[in-house]
Amino acid sequence: MTIKSILLVGVGGQGTILISKIITAGLAEMGYDVKMSEIHGMSQRGGSVTTQIKYGEKVYSPNLGIGEADLIVSFEKVEALRALPYLKAGGSLIMDDREIYPMPVLTGDAVYPHEAYDRLKAEVPSVKLIRAAETAQSLGNMRAQNIVLLSAMVKLLGLDNKIDWKKVVAENVPEKSREMNLAAFDAGSAMLEA
Amino acid sequence: MEKQILSGNEAVARGAYEAGCAVAAAYPGTPSTEILENVALYKDDIYCQWACNEKVATEIASGAAIGGARALAAMKHVGMNVAADPIFSMAYAGVNGGLVVVSADDPGCHSSQNEQDNRLFAPHAKIGLLEPSDSQECKDFTKLGFELSERFDVPMLLRMTTRICHSKGLVELQEREDVPVKKYYRDIKKFALLPSTARNRHVAREELLIEMEAYANDCPINYAEYNPGASAGVITSGISYQYAREIFGEDVSYLKLGLTYPLPRKLITEFAQKFETLYVIEENDPYLENAIRALGFTNVIGKERIPICGELNTQIVREALLGIPAEPAYRVELEAPARPPVMCAGCGHRGFFYALSRKLKRFVPVGDIGCYGLGANPPLSASDYSLCMGAGLSSTIGLSKALALQGDSRKVLGMVGDSTFFHSGLNSLIDVVSSNANVVACVLNNHITAMTGHQQNPGTEINLMGEPNHMIDLVKLIKATDIGDDRIRVVDPLDYQAVNAALDEAAEIEGPFVIVTNRPCALLKEVARANAGKYCEVDEEKCRGCKKCLQIACPAISFADGKAVIAQDTCNGCGLCMQMCNFDVISKVGE
Ligand SMILES: Cc1ncc(C[n+]2csc(CCOP(=O)(O)OP(=O)(O)O)c2C)c(N)n1
Repeated sequence: MTIKSILLVGVGGQGTILISKIITAGLAEMGYDVKMSEIHGMSQRGGSVTTQIKYGEKVYSPNLGIGEADLIVSFEKVEALRALPYLKAGGSLIMDDREIYPMPVLTGDAVYPHEAYDRLKAEVPSVKLIRAAETAQSLGNMRAQNIVLLSAMVKLLGLDNKIDWKKVVAENVPEKSREMNLAAFDAGSAMLEA
Repeated sequence: MEKQILSGNEAVARGAYEAGCAVAAAYPGTPSTEILENVALYKDDIYCQWACNEKVATEIASGAAIGGARALAAMKHVGMNVAADPIFSMAYAGVNGGLVVVSADDPGCHSSQNEQDNRLFAPHAKIGLLEPSDSQECKDFTKLGFELSERFDVPMLLRMTTRICHSKGLVELQEREDVPVKKYYRDIKKFALLPSTARNRHVAREELLIEMEAYANDCPINYAEYNPGASAGVITSGISYQYAREIFGEDVSYLKLGLTYPLPRKLITEFAQKFETLYVIEENDPYLENAIRALGFTNVIGKERIPICGELNTQIVREALLGIPAEPAYRVELEAPARPPVMCAGCGHRGFFYALSRKLKRFVPVGDIGCYGLGANPPLSASDYSLCMGAGLSSTIGLSKALALQGDSRKVLGMVGDSTFFHSGLNSLIDVVSSNANVVACVLNNHITAMTGHQQNPGTEINLMGEPNHMIDLVKLIKATDIGDDRIRVVDPLDYQAVNAALDEAAEIEGPFVIVTNRPCALLKEVARANAGKYCEVDEEKCRGCKKCLQIACPAISFADGKAVIAQDTCNGCGLCMQMCNFDVISKVGE
């Protein structure tokens, strides 16, 4: 098979790293060769973060370039806009409705493009807006946003019925937030159906 | 065999464990930090410690290796500049137990001040060089590194890059080998590097390098992959091998090099002779390319097309070699505002930098490397330059002389963090005080090495292995210089009045002055716990929308509908904004 490439983008602290860990564990369980690449460092201080995941029979390069992502999952609106050049022709884009203002916006030196989704929708037929953060909040903790997105992502990639994802999620989240995270997983796949 | 998904850094730690490594030391630095953090998982078998700098880390490991134990030192690329002295000496002294030095280079400067290519250290220092290309090789090459170090009596440099350190892949695990510590022996002619011994040791080193090259020509990690009908030959190492494989698949033949110093010249010649078109694919400097050209293969295609600057990826290499440009499939003409890293809500550095930013008529501010480096960014903009760890204090001496020569009466104010102070800032301070320099030396103490993700340092309560540290009080250390109590102030950086007062005193007094700010990092678990439920609130009715509170650049404060707004979930009630407000409309909740 050909290699599938996924790009996760968000803001430091949004939990992109946890779900990339869960998805790679799941892909390895399915028998795929899998590589994941994440760049942190300066990005931890509220900067943009990106994680790249590739899987297939044999994966060489762990990272991807312009026009190479089969799927982009964005935890934040502006980050979806920033990541767009990496999307492959015909690839899919899932974006959360969440807005997190960067410092230049907070200080009034830049304007937040609230219309990002509408503009993307006009260009990219496959873009899907998901209210993952909002849903996680209603389940008790905004931090479960990542699990809602994970679930949507797994479904979109057609991997949802291949293994017991909820078991993988349960193994990778703390005991005390397990119930909530599993509820978040259910909510995520339901969203994509709607 | 159990397989696990490991990052390159985790795999190096695992390799050290499996190889029977007994001592490991490092100074943190992205992208190398997780190596020692993961070695600490094996602390029952490996003694490990955060050293105060890379030279000290390498010397701790060197002592262990001379003593007969397998030892590892890890650092980011610029750390190797600091550690170069013991590395060059160990190349002559040789080892007893194996010594592996890990350098994590950062092509693309993801989190560094330069993108130096540390492969060049290997021929310079005359030590062996290994370049893993994925997590499995990180583990395997670490283990091989210890063996080769002992076999050729030389430190081995394991050169990683950010993409190798921070990418994860499947790795096969093995058990820890039982490697008994070799008996320590006294051999002055080998280990005591006086001129007379050093001359002989140089000869011995050159001889062993010849032997090692013979091994390199015929070792399992330097190999050719010939593909039938190949249109070209590709010589490559490290992460670039992965890019090459993905681009060319089986259309070309490969010479994949894992042991790249001494370079296997015979093997390279045999391979290169077979191809009219020969690509050398490597990141940053033309290390392999220059050596291959020196063998007479002037037909190689390398850096004339592949960029020297920046990190590579498949798309960049494809475009460079095959002329296939990458075009984004979609375009939206809407600008995404930049998202620069910022000081966190509640960060003590913010208070100090804000106060300083108001006094730039009196001070020339000089920064250093750490979270406080962010003080250079607008709107605080209170750091003119930063060079390398420690220079934030030492360079002030020279700068103050240069300013005096041009009649600039501003006082130079240098800043380092606590970890940077212990790293080399202490030496800098010794010179500031002993030379009676007319500068202000500031130590911004947040009680942790924050920028790299909270590593312990000599000033913290516990050490890497989770045991109690003999905590070193940096204020006492500074006082030991006898600078005098009238020339040192310890302040809470979030107490605006106190910082202002200290800065005013510092500006007025002639000669050296020290300011220590004292406030633990807001992200430390115990600090976050103590601040849980606390936040500041703007009285919406009374806020006049003057935006004064926005000047401190706090990520919790924004402006909407003509009023300041504080995000409750981001704020932790540090209260700096309250001190900014001229109309007393901000109050603290949850005290
Ligand atoms: C020679 C060298 N070693 C390591 C680093 C990596 N590094 C960058 S910032 C930093 C931590 C600084 O900690 P501290 O001085 O306490 O400041 P803080 O981030 O806590 O404000 C380190 C280790 C470096 N840049 N240079």
